[in-house]
Amino acid sequence: MSGSENRLRGSFTRLASWDGAVILVAVVALVVAAAAVDGFGTSNNVTFMVLDLLPIALLALPMTLIIVTGEIDLSVASTLGLTSAVMGSLWNSGMAIETIIPLCVLLGAVLGAVNGVFVTVFRLPSLAVTIGTLALFRGLALVVLGESAVADFPVVFTTWVTGTVADTAIPNVLLPLLLLAAVFTVVLHATPVGRAVFAAGAGEQAARFSGVRVDRLKFWLFVASGAVAGLAGVLWTLRYSSARADNGLGLELAVVAAVLLGGVSIFGGRGTMPGVLAGVLLLATLQNALRLEDVTNEALNIVTGALLIVSVLLPNISRSVRTAAQRRRLRRTPIPQPATPPAP
Amino acid sequence: MSTVRTRPAGSAASSSGSSGRNPLAAVLRARELGIVVALAILVAYTTIANPRFLSAQSVRDILLGASILAVLAVGQTIVIVTRNIDLSVGSVLGLTAFAVGTVVQDNPGLPLPFALLLGMAIGGVCGMVNAVLVRYGQVPALVVTLGTLYMFRGVTYLWAGGQQITADELPRSFLSFANETLLGVPWLVLIALLVTVAAGVLLRNYRVGRELYAMGSNPEAAMLAGISVGRNLLGAFTVSGALAGLAGVLFAIRFGTIDAAAGTGDELEVVAAAVVGGVAVFGGSGTVWGAALGALLLTVIGNSLAVLDINQFWQNAIVGALILFAIGVDRLVAARTARALKKRNSHVR
Amino acid sequence: MSRFRTTRVLTALLSAASLAVALTACGGTTKNDSSDDQGGGSQATGTADPEAELQEGVKMAFLPKQLNNPYSDIEVSGGEEALGELKGEYKLVGPNDASASSQVSYINTLIQQQQDVIGIAANDPNAVCPSLNQARSSGIKVVAFDSDAAKDCRDVFINQATTQGIGEKLVEMASKLAGGSGEIAILSATANATNQNAWIDVMKTELAKPENKDLKLVKIAYGNDEDQKSFQEAQGLLQSYPNLKVIVSPTTVGIAAASRYVSSSNYKGKVAITGLGTPNQMREYIKDGTVKEFALWNPADIGYLAAYAGVALVSGQITGKEGEKFEAGKLGEYEIGADGEIVLGPPTVFDANNIDDFDF
Repeated sequence: MSGSENRLRGSFTRLASWDGAVILVAVVALVVAAAAVDGFGTSNNVTFMVLDLLPIALLALPMTLIIVTGEIDLSVASTLGLTSAVMGSLWNSGMAIETIIPLCVLLGAVLGAVNGVFVTVFRLPSLAVTIGTLALFRGLALVVLGESAVADFPVVFTTWVTGTVADTAIPNVLLPLLLLAAVFTVVLHATPVGRAVFAAGAGEQAARFSGVRVDRLKFWLFVASGAVAGLAGVLWTLRYSSARADNGLGLELAVVAAVLLGGVSIFGGRGTMPGVLAGVLLLATLQNALRLEDVTNEALNIVTGALLIVSVLLPNISRSVRTAAQRRRLRRTPIPQPATPPAP
Repeated sequence: MSTVRTRPAGSAASSSGSSGRNPLAAVLRARELGIVVALAILVAYTTIANPRFLSAQSVRDILLGASILAVLAVGQTIVIVTRNIDLSVGSVLGLTAFAVGTVVQDNPGLPLPFALLLGMAIGGVCGMVNAVLVRYGQVPALVVTLGTLYMFRGVTYLWAGGQQITADELPRSFLSFANETLLGVPWLVLIALLVTVAAGVLLRNYRVGRELYAMGSNPEAAMLAGISVGRNLLGAFTVSGALAGLAGVLFAIRFGTIDAAAGTGDELEVVAAAVVGGVAVFGGSGTVWGAALGALLLTVIGNSLAVLDINQFWQNAIVGALILFAIGVDRLVAARTARALKKRNSHVR
Repeated sequence: MSRFRTTRVLTALLSAASLAVALTACGGTTKNDSSDDQGGGSQATGTADPEAELQEGVKMAFLPKQLNNPYSDIEVSGGEEALGELKGEYKLVGPNDASASSQVSYINTLIQQQQDVIGIAANDPNAVCPSLNQARSSGIKVVAFDSDAAKDCRDVFINQATTQGIGEKLVEMASKLAGGSGEIAILSATANATNQNAWIDVMKTELAKPENKDLKLVKIAYGNDEDQKSFQEAQGLLQSYPNLKVIVSPTTVGIAAASRYVSSSNYKGKVAITGLGTPNQMREYIKDGTVKEFALWNPADIGYLAAYAGVALVSGQITGKEGEKFEAGKLGEYEIGADGEIVLGPPTVFDANNIDDFDF
């Protein structure tokens, strides 16, 4: 096999890899929706779609890193809910909103640290730990605020969250989202931390032996996840100008679905941030466009579930087809010909 | 292969807690004992505060509530010991409850056993869908069942289309089953007990049961030992689905009003019951007895809060804390046992 | 070493946060500063032309609290009927869960689809407000029905009955069933359901009156308008309060679940249930004696009236100001009250004698 062909094959597999495909599908979906769905392309709708995908996109950023290390954080939506509840009750107690917001982000970080301690110090499986804290944090949110809602947040803040930059269709909240997305992308793909994340996910023992402080890494990832969930809780509360204990209920499943759809392996070690962002975008586009076409919520559920399964199933099938074809070829031609074209 | 069957607790990590002389088994039995003690304390405390907690009606209500959760938890345990998970049970419950409700509504003369079997069949098919995707699609169970959680629920919503089956549309004979008893024990509770005993015996005394534990403690080793991993996986998911289906019918009988949202979010409570009952999320250990007791404990907690007039909002938080506590204790015990085993082995040597 | 660094970073974070607190403790925006600048919405503008002709082809979308709720189904069916009479276009959308955030998504969709009127039963009066105002600024009329949105963000509100009337009726029925004295409990929907809370407030005032001094409200339980939850809450109430005489459930889901529990338990005959329910749901329990009487307005009329109000708004017959009048088909003439409220009428009481006359 010649060098140029090797390179060709390399770029081919990169293109055919799942995250590449998701990016492509997301772009196609956007274009088709803009062209074919009435009202999709309007500036109002674009703003709205960004607002809708904001919490999922935010939570997906640290979740990607966590899943790549082979762990999972199912408590994010409950962290969001607890933050929202605390935000409401602090506001009721007369504290200034400028104080409440950083405190809420800090609260998120502390909640994340709780997960981190259980996972890294006590060495408990993150799936079980975060199912526990999912119930715990949501329960505490209910204890803090009960089923009441706090609604009278200052208009300056609520309109900033729902508003747009000057007269454009760009929502204000897109800016912090893009900033965070950029930070997480760089961290994952261009820093030693990112390499450590991949190493830890690919093989924890090996990573440890090669000098990665896996526990410390995971601890801080959970803290980051909590802090971002806290921020998402603040933004959620301001967006709906309603602090409630049930805010974001069940959102964790949508976040995990988006991350997996974006090509991250649930077993860790594999995944890209652009893929995940495309996954989030694809889900949001489909939801928005299908709803505009009066497709019911229930059909949306089916589409989401199917996409999730297909996102893992399809690469598996194509891989096994490829290996099968390769094996057959090997059997047929004992000496591999250099001119063999790459398998489809 | 015979090693797997006769010495299931070969390694510290892979014990199932059924072999009597093994120290780990003793510890795990202590786990079930621990739940029983916790239950006893809770019931005693609540009863002192409000004696009506132990009235016949109240006990019946608790047991009926726990039965449905226990049936789900037993199915979940069978899947979890193989190092998989089934998050779709809540949606399967909703789908079968609505399906069976519709069928019974249209055919009021339908004998009840047939309704139960129908539910199990529908649930079993759902479970098989999961199984096929996990087995042949090589998709992790967490992903598959998360996907089917959405899909089965979506199908139910599409089908129900906002309709609700209400108690007055269901035949009396169907609903009154919830109140019928055998020797004073409600049928629903008997069914749950029967399911638990059958699954318990299967897991403990039969080869296929031992194989499930072996698969969970070490999938590669299980495969190398000649266990037909694929067939067992298919079986485990199908059983979990069928039991979720059965739970769906029990739900319909108990509550009488069924809409497409029935059982939403139950998956977490079910996993919680199993985990609290000592079933390790990474497979290979835990018993259905523990899971069923876990289900009972969670139900009793819920009821106690209402009776003690403690803010019902605390329930979630307590369940969460309990899960963390349970897995923490498991970890501690496992570490200590591993140390003890190491010490004993070195002594022998 | 790593533990040490972790601690250090945590300390740094904490001190940064306390610094933030210290810096902003004086001179931040607190609840007290902003209590008066709420609501970007506008009250009714323009002038009404009572002679204006009702337009045809008005596109009105109904957005109930949630879709799979038999009560909502009946409500919107009235809207469909009215829009049929008015030659308008009827549409029904809604979430499967009664959450405010999912309603917001639907409002946006309806804006994009350029509906003429949105009829909404708000899950959270404030959370839907910004989107509703966005809808109104793009020319869509907003008719709240059943459960009000904040009054700055809708044009009119179709109230099933006056809050006062319902609260009084509930206490009157409870007092009758309890024989004038004893413990009563309330099984409500969610703890922040607008209408239920308003009725409960009236009930409390009523119960404080001397003629009701022997009635004791022991607990308000919340079944979240979920059948199963309500069932369990009813169960809990009876366990906790052995002397309970009456459960009052001002929500159709709650009353049906409580009745079903009581009818299948040995509390039957000892505990009375009343509240607001639909005849079809309650028929069984009236017949088997679990329930003596309960009340409700005809929910289909709410949707019907909402549709007529919506079309009247679009046509310019009314603008939502107090005192304006419009015709609502078979229901006759209505006048808009204070704060844009339109009251449907007094509730009907159902018992064994009249229940078979109703089918909804």
